[in-house]
Amino acid sequence: MQSAIDLAPSGLPDTTAVRARRWSVSWISLAAVFVSLFALLPLAFIIWVAMQTGWETVASLVFRPRVGELLVNTSLLVVLAVPISIVLSVMLAWLTERSDLPGARLWAWLSVAPLAIPAFVHSYAWITMVPRLHGLWAGVLVSVIAYFPFLYLPVAAALRRLDPALEDAAAALGLGPWRVFRRVVLPQLRLAICGGSLLVGLHLLAEYGLYVFIRFDTFTTAIVDQFQSTFNGPAANMLAGVLVTCCFVLLGLEVLVRGEERYARVGSGAARQQQRTSLGRATIPCLLLPAITTLLALGVPFATIGRWLMAGGADVWRLDEIGLALGQTLFLAIAGALLATVAAMPMAWISIRSPGRLQRVLEGCNYIVGALPGVVIALALVTIAVRIAMPLYQTLFTILVAYALMFLPRALISLRASIAQAPVELERAASSLGRSPLKALWSTTIRLSAPGAAAGMALVALGIMNELTATQMLAPNGTRTLAMAFWSYSGEIDYASAAPYALIMVAMSLPLTWLLYVQSKRMAGR
Amino acid sequence: MSFLELSGIHKHYGPVAALAGVDLSVASGSRTAIVGPSGCGKTTLLRLIAGFEAPDQGRIVLDGEVLADGDTAVPAHRRGIGLVAQDGALFPHLSIAANIGFGMGRHEEKRSERIAELAYVVGLDKGILKRRPHELSGGQQQRVALARAMAMKPRLMLLDEPFSALDTGLRASMRKAVAELLETAGITTILVTHDQAEALSFASQVAVMRDGNFSQVGTPRELYFKPKDRMVAEFLGDAIVLPARIADGFAISPLGRIAVDSSERRDVARIMLRPEQVLLKRTSREGMSGTPDMLFGEVTESEFAGSMCTIAVRLLNSPDPPDAAAIGNTPLILRKPGMDAPAIGEIVRLTVSGKAHVFA
Repeated sequence: MQSAIDLAPSGLPDTTAVRARRWSVSWISLAAVFVSLFALLPLAFIIWVAMQTGWETVASLVFRPRVGELLVNTSLLVVLAVPISIVLSVMLAWLTERSDLPGARLWAWLSVAPLAIPAFVHSYAWITMVPRLHGLWAGVLVSVIAYFPFLYLPVAAALRRLDPALEDAAAALGLGPWRVFRRVVLPQLRLAICGGSLLVGLHLLAEYGLYVFIRFDTFTTAIVDQFQSTFNGPAANMLAGVLVTCCFVLLGLEVLVRGEERYARVGSGAARQQQRTSLGRATIPCLLLPAITTLLALGVPFATIGRWLMAGGADVWRLDEIGLALGQTLFLAIAGALLATVAAMPMAWISIRSPGRLQRVLEGCNYIVGALPGVVIALALVTIAVRIAMPLYQTLFTILVAYALMFLPRALISLRASIAQAPVELERAASSLGRSPLKALWSTTIRLSAPGAAAGMALVALGIMNELTATQMLAPNGTRTLAMAFWSYSGEIDYASAAPYALIMVAMSLPLTWLLYVQSKRMAGR
Repeated sequence: MSFLELSGIHKHYGPVAALAGVDLSVASGSRTAIVGPSGCGKTTLLRLIAGFEAPDQGRIVLDGEVLADGDTAVPAHRRGIGLVAQDGALFPHLSIAANIGFGMGRHEEKRSERIAELAYVVGLDKGILKRRPHELSGGQQQRVALARAMAMKPRLMLLDEPFSALDTGLRASMRKAVAELLETAGITTILVTHDQAEALSFASQVAVMRDGNFSQVGTPRELYFKPKDRMVAEFLGDAIVLPARIADGFAISPLGRIAVDSSERRDVARIMLRPEQVLLKRTSREGMSGTPDMLFGEVTESEFAGSMCTIAVRLLNSPDPPDAAAIGNTPLILRKPGMDAPAIGEIVRLTVSGKAHVFA
């Protein structure tokens, strides 16, 4: 759970600039520029390293069979897992949103719930259940199961938002149900599918733990291996360069495929309530899809964790150790979430209250860093700390900065949405009713945007709690988060001792996943 | 000859009856308007005819083909019935040309020629075809929706409040243009609306709907001047409803002796006049004396609103009202041309033109 371009930034209405508060805006702008430039640090690092190493060395490090092999592995993974996730998500979303499937709401929630399980826990569950599982197809299987909700969420939201009048119009023009779906519904889902696919693709590029379990080499696993053997060699940095290039290829592809089409509803008035298609005799076979998905995505992890807990008995609950890990994880999660939210605040403020070209460029910087794998950000911070500011290496400061960079987009999106819900007119109304500017700000904008900010912090905290790669590379000596403890136990094949940590991570993520689910429903306006 | 025949249509949503036994017959090439307040079931009826839903009971027959009999129904895409929805429902991901050509085959002969021709027929500029729906005005979007529905040469055209999203001025001109267009193309049309003026001016047959049933079906004139009951009368326009005693083709009412459209003799009846049937003539208090068979009133209110002026007239010498107490002090509300309308306090002589309608 590393990069986080969550659910594609929603198109929020632009509020007009606040001319009267120019003096304060300029301070906020400065802060936003500072944060955005800082966010570009990892990218600048890659370019700087490449330039320092020299073209000859770069070429010899990049153009070798090992890199080709990794490239093939990683590409195959993306090319297979993303389309499968798309098909699965669209079918599940249609069944839960547009058909009369019994228990549709429950299935909808169960289709989001796999997000609560960290990807490496999914992998752990599968490898202990089917020990011979490894290679590409195992990677595809576990990747789809772990990440398809990132596609399901936006697709389901888009389906819910579709105007049924369009489908009626197409039917009246002589199109049968299948052709209506292909020619009218599917094109309208394009934005959601593009955004979700990008998110899944970036996660596949960034994921580490999942592929180590099933012994499938991707760029990220290779970079971590390289880092662990040679610490800070140019080889790891160059691999990171190729990985970043892959990320940009995905980003570019998404922009290309998404295109400039407009999918919003044309015309005024509220859309009529959608009708659910009656499945009739197909109900039972249709129930199989969500049932099997749930079995694979939730049943397997829970059964495995349960099995190991039973096998381990009371011995695996070393409470002092678990308590320490829990405390450290919570501390890092909350501190990181605070830092990310504070860092995102100026940017969010500007993008709502005084949008313009500068704001769009700055915001772009913030989203790009979110697309970078945690391993690249960690590598950049390690190198910078070691070469320029040695005292900062493996300090709390560095790891928190890494978290803030990685999860900046999550905080930004939530903050933006919540500030947009507090129109400046309210603040002016409060002022005209005799409140001083600061009190007016406090009693309107801050009050109204607090819940959204809290939701954003929760999502950042969720990401940090389940983060493994960057934490391992950057955390101060002696740090042992839940994820790290889980990882070291399962690395020693002590699966029973790892189980309590997995259970705690899942239990703490579940409420936050619920939040994500509710938020996506609200985004769709229902 | 009846082209579309609905008989005994019932439709329930849970315990709520949306349609309770609707019958309707529509002649080939005619225009029918279904008008009623919101929630009366008119949209449900349209959806049943279009085939988006199946009736619980009843038959829908179009040109001899049974489209629905109870809950066995031909699906919408096999009916060949055109539909223009409230705000056009244009496909936002397709260009205007692709929208118009949506129902045609993709490799149909002379596809682009036909699209251009349809655009011309509905009065769209050729340059518009490459644009996207959101770049068009509301009126243009409706024209595209109409062209799109006409492209498949429908047997029947359904218009679901297609003008309600337009400005008042544009609405009237679009209505006229669409009526002429469909007339020329010879397409049988059903319009659903909540605007009674729209229904009366558009259609050759109007059906007033209330609570899932038709209150009355007939020509616009019939419905306006001979409504079945007070509800229909008041839904289609302002109405003056008076108690009366009827004999020999005349009513004795608070407005004096008025010719009625019924020769039946009745001691207790209600008659209806449209306010425009009541004519006013300026006079003075002196002019009232010595003319006992004439009816006079005093203007008590006058509200100027440009071309029209709403005035209230209190009767001064209502002869022999059957229940005088009830009517005596209720002034008549009349709309008269704003120019030269009588002012408050003026005395007017009232006469009735045409016949009053007797409610059954």
